[in-house]
Amino acid sequence: MVAAADLLEARQMQALSLAVHIPIVCFGIAFPAMMLFVEGLYLRTGDATYKALAKRWSKVAVTLFAVGVVTGTILSFEFGLLWPEFMARFGEVFGIGFALEGISFFVEAIFIAIYVYGWDRLSRRAHFLTGIPVVLSGFAGSFNVIAVNGWMNDPTGFDLGPDGQVLNPRPWDALLNSNMWHELIHMYLAGYLVCGFIVAGVYAYAWLRGRRDHYHRTALVVTLAFASLCAPVQVIVGDWAGREVANRQPLKLAAMEGLQRTQNGAPFTLGGFYDESRGEVRYGIEVPRLLSLLAKHDPDARVVGLESAPLEDRPPINIVRFAFQTMAGIGTFLALLGVVFVWTWYRKRRLPLSPWFFRAVMAAGPLSFVALIAGWITTEVGRQPWIVYEVMRTEQAVTNANGLAVGYFVLVAVYVSLGAAVVWLLRRLARRPPETEVAGDAG
Amino acid sequence: MLAEVCAGFVVLGIAAYAVFGSADFGAGFWDLTAGGARRGGALRGMIQRSMAPVWEANHVWLIFVLVIVWTAFPKAFGSIFSTLYVPLFLAAIGIIFRGTAFALRGQAATIREARVLGALFASASVLIPFFFGAVLGGIASGRVGIGNATGDPVDSWLNPTSALIGVIAVLTGAYLAAVYLAGDSVRAEQPELARAFRSRALLAGAASGAVSIGGLLVLRSDARALFDGLTSGGGLVMVIVSALAGASTLFLVWTERYGLARVTSALAVVAIVAGWALAQDPYLLPPSLTLDQAAAADATLQATVIVVGLGMLILGPSLWFLYRLVLKGQLDQNYEPLDQRFHT
Repeated sequence: MVAAADLLEARQMQALSLAVHIPIVCFGIAFPAMMLFVEGLYLRTGDATYKALAKRWSKVAVTLFAVGVVTGTILSFEFGLLWPEFMARFGEVFGIGFALEGISFFVEAIFIAIYVYGWDRLSRRAHFLTGIPVVLSGFAGSFNVIAVNGWMNDPTGFDLGPDGQVLNPRPWDALLNSNMWHELIHMYLAGYLVCGFIVAGVYAYAWLRGRRDHYHRTALVVTLAFASLCAPVQVIVGDWAGREVANRQPLKLAAMEGLQRTQNGAPFTLGGFYDESRGEVRYGIEVPRLLSLLAKHDPDARVVGLESAPLEDRPPINIVRFAFQTMAGIGTFLALLGVVFVWTWYRKRRLPLSPWFFRAVMAAGPLSFVALIAGWITTEVGRQPWIVYEVMRTEQAVTNANGLAVGYFVLVAVYVSLGAAVVWLLRRLARRPPETEVAGDAG
Repeated sequence: MLAEVCAGFVVLGIAAYAVFGSADFGAGFWDLTAGGARRGGALRGMIQRSMAPVWEANHVWLIFVLVIVWTAFPKAFGSIFSTLYVPLFLAAIGIIFRGTAFALRGQAATIREARVLGALFASASVLIPFFFGAVLGGIASGRVGIGNATGDPVDSWLNPTSALIGVIAVLTGAYLAAVYLAGDSVRAEQPELARAFRSRALLAGAASGAVSIGGLLVLRSDARALFDGLTSGGGLVMVIVSALAGASTLFLVWTERYGLARVTSALAVVAIVAGWALAQDPYLLPPSLTLDQAAAADATLQATVIVVGLGMLILGPSLWFLYRLVLKGQLDQNYEPLDQRFHT
């Protein structure tokens, strides 16, 4: 049995590395599609502004891809360095998802290079076509990784022997577990939200400083359109995800809400904090029956409470609950912002006039990032104390090796410098004037 | 049978990484040793230009190897990572610095920035292959215990075999890189750079050969089973193939036929990886864990074969397309010495 400190450090290292990698994944999911959309506009109209914009974005995309390559590599190392027991026992069940991910990652690396270095060297049509595998492999990659995470929350596709060993693994069943679809769509939309709002935020800043030419306007409208169309849909998908959690991991839902007693017509409590000694949420605003309505679409439905499980089987309530409410709150704000944009654009064919709209867009970038991380904290910390839900506890998975504390501090230092370097670079890229492109023929 | 096929994928992945990934590390080695900002600027510019379109795809071979090992041989994966955590962690940190510093150096605006980023990129490029070589040395010399962190965390990678394979990994990378860069310089019509890389290729080739031959003595005393495997049967055949390919590369580089030299230098590396695999057959983790004992259930192995098989149908043509564009010069950026743009 390992010391609790080692387990905590291992979890912190994994969480830190994921928090660095996941936002970059969002750009891998969404940015190529936006870039290709703008290049499509160029092919249709021959307007050089579109080409300059797509070219600029492709340079950002390839730099972020490079950072994603290394942060993703760190994650795969950490699976072995931190959780060797988990990998040794269950690798044969879920590993195939990562094998598929490896292939998609490969395709992405090949074509993003061709796309970025192929500007003005391939024919216009061929160049556009080389972008399509980038978009598809970005989707396929997240599909496979999410499938593995879905499996950790809903472990299927194997039988458990008397000593806990894995018997009769069925990797395809494990891959297509029941959690995969809602997690995938939730994350996929999140990718568009995070990428769209962060990039839009940069151009909103420029807009407020008076740069309102065709170039900046296009950048703003395209990124906002992608993000704004996804934001309201995300609310609906979030509701679906919540109901799936209520069905499959009732204890996680109870932690998200801080619901102590199993009851019919359960209330939803906004704000406040969960007091462990009293077993209740204090200082929160209680809305009667709302939780039953949200979780089961029935105001009188029965919702399982925390008391249904012994203390050692419950996740840390306040972290999960606070993370969940943060995500849901920000998600609501982003959906409203999206509706404002879509409404204005649909009715008036222009951007909103108020500077407050652009300030809100600037805030939406960092906020969507916070919501993304909060959402992952909800699902990952909410799964604790299990690494494989109700099959393997996280403490059984961790390495027996020493020196986790040293590793943790080194990693923190490395990631802080990495973050500083990336911010430095993106600022430099943003300051550089766009390249002048020669107008092409409309095709 | 299925286990052998999956092991074949792993060996293929390691060989590909040892050819493509190592060449990128080797380019970092020449970057590190290129000299001062002004003198080394020309070399560094060529390195930057050659690596930029391909290094990410080359790096993915490493991910490929990891995922196949943890899917098809999960017990071995857990054992290797929990015992050899020191070199693996250091390699991982090196990978962060190398990749980011390389990507950022392309955007550096002053010679100072370029120098700091370049130094990070280049020194990490030398350390990473050393640590990976040390990991392979620990495995090949039977120092990884089976289970969660059962091997010695220090001796498993600080030992003669690990040191030897680490040094060979660095040298062969430098060798491959110099051969490729000489060819790229010819294509970029930079005869002076081609000559510079040619002499580096000859030097590194001779050094790799000498260390490899001398290293057999180290293996003989430190890892007898591995030595016996390399000096008999299939292992010996591969060692001879590697030596012949290495020698022909030297000749081809000497006579400035870099296109063919690319092929023979890669063959020399692939053959030595294959030789190592044959030398420790049937063991995955010598001296006790065999391939069959380490293998996952048949259903998983089948799934792995299907995934990799289908994947190769996509990856093969994609890689061919990328390297064809690269070798035809269609992705080439204009060559500029790395220090040039800071003098304006």
